[in-house]
Amino acid sequence: MNDFRDKCAIVGIGETDYCVNSGRNPLALALEAIRNAIEDAGLTVDQIDGIVKSSIDASASDQIIAANLGLSGVTYSSEVTGLGGAACATVAHAAMAVASGFANYVVCYRAFTPFDFIEGAKHNQTTLWARQAGAGEFLRPFGWSAMIDGFAMHCQRHMHEYGTTSRQLGAIAVAARKHAAANPKAIRQEPITIEDHQNSNMISQPLRELDCLISANDGACAVIVTTAERAKDLKQRPAKIMSAAQSLGSNPMATWEMSAFKPTITDSEAKMIAPHLFRKAGLKPEDIDVAQLYDCFTYTQLVLIEDYGFCKKGEGGEFVQDGRIEIGGELPINTHGGHLGEAYIHGFTHIVEGVKQMRGTSTCQVEDAETTLVASAVPGPTSALILGR
Amino acid sequence: MTNTKSKPVPRMSDATKDFWEGCKNDEIRIQKCLDCNTFRFPPQMMCRKCNSVESEWTKVSGEGAIYSFTMPTNQSPGEFPARGFEYPYSIALIELDGTDGVRIASNIVDCELADIRIGLRVKPHFVELTEEIDLPLYRLHETN
Ligand SMILES: [Zn+2]
Repeated sequence: MNDFRDKCAIVGIGETDYCVNSGRNPLALALEAIRNAIEDAGLTVDQIDGIVKSSIDASASDQIIAANLGLSGVTYSSEVTGLGGAACATVAHAAMAVASGFANYVVCYRAFTPFDFIEGAKHNQTTLWARQAGAGEFLRPFGWSAMIDGFAMHCQRHMHEYGTTSRQLGAIAVAARKHAAANPKAIRQEPITIEDHQNSNMISQPLRELDCLISANDGACAVIVTTAERAKDLKQRPAKIMSAAQSLGSNPMATWEMSAFKPTITDSEAKMIAPHLFRKAGLKPEDIDVAQLYDCFTYTQLVLIEDYGFCKKGEGGEFVQDGRIEIGGELPINTHGGHLGEAYIHGFTHIVEGVKQMRGTSTCQVEDAETTLVASAVPGPTSALILGR
Repeated sequence: MTNTKSKPVPRMSDATKDFWEGCKNDEIRIQKCLDCNTFRFPPQMMCRKCNSVESEWTKVSGEGAIYSFTMPTNQSPGEFPARGFEYPYSIALIELDGTDGVRIASNIVDCELADIRIGLRVKPHFVELTEEIDLPLYRLHETN
């Protein structure tokens, strides 16, 4: 029935250090992460024959990556669009490539430098961010210019429809920072309390400073995908790809910010892919042991919790309280600290952490974890994986 | 936090010039499919409902209700400040009457920011930004 489940696996992970605004060269970051992933997998560089990148990766084209690594045998390459929503889809595309025989070992990567995807937003009229279809005309003239503004708009409506509170969002920040405090790679090492969250500066109401990602950081991640068959002979315990899914959205808009004009803004694209994501894996939400959910803002994670069915729609605020999403809780989420605590590499750190959980090597390891759901950004194009042990 | 640079000026395209022409004439005009009469915003080439490329720009009352809002209060960490705005200010999504749920973004002005709520009735006025562009801004309706 299920042709895709467990056919492929993530067999190597590579990271750089994560730093705030270090000024490091993004191509150097990408190459370092890729080499680390290849070494982690126990492969040699010349065995890599596929490349999948995020289309807004800060480093360089697939050709430049191949040239630097000296890859003579690349038989598959592609780019995935969709900003932070693209991360898991790069793994999905790599899995399809190895499952169909287009390539044997595919590397997926993303190097990140501060807000590379809005590079030069200060020049406003002449940049990608400012000119994103419609945004330059219909958002920016009204001061809707920061990434946070769109999320704040969605969050306010969620609070209105479902009674979600800022303190509940605070519980998401507290959990992330607790996990980050155990992770030596995390940029934010100090745990916080709900009171710290409530006392932090209001940025774009209702979102506060401690609802926000680590914005001005840099670093890179890479993962290696191959078939489950080949994975048997490699160095690491494979993280099996039980399922993968991607969406350009129900009611797709030209850019993610335009999601604000959709008929409802409290449902995300995750709700659309959740049914077939779980069906392909033969699992239900309650079968997931630990989740890695995109968290550029606390609110983003709350919506993903609801839309992947970990609780009923509108009950995310209640769900995240009482330590339920912390290590030792019912569903630990973002055991690396997420974008709120560890680093912001546009959803790729969540994939890396998912693999660590399946290997049993996380700094907040969930005992006997056999499944993890990894989800990339919403609103707008999104993607997700279910990994298994 | 004061930001003295001027607001970003919308750059009109073929797809959007009718909206701005409406604003210059103190009207909110919204693109409507000529085949199935569905309103759409932001403007695009094709009707997503029936795939017709035939459309016209229809005057609507411009009044509506606040669907959601945010108040940028401090500069977002690591991001650039909003050009031409002083914090705090409001941004709102206005659901326009008579359009089956079409929304536009705008600012709610001339009121206490704390008085802004989802569901409040609002009405537009038009403020000159350049010779070609008037921005549609909104005030809370007296009947609220
Ligand atoms: Zn139509």
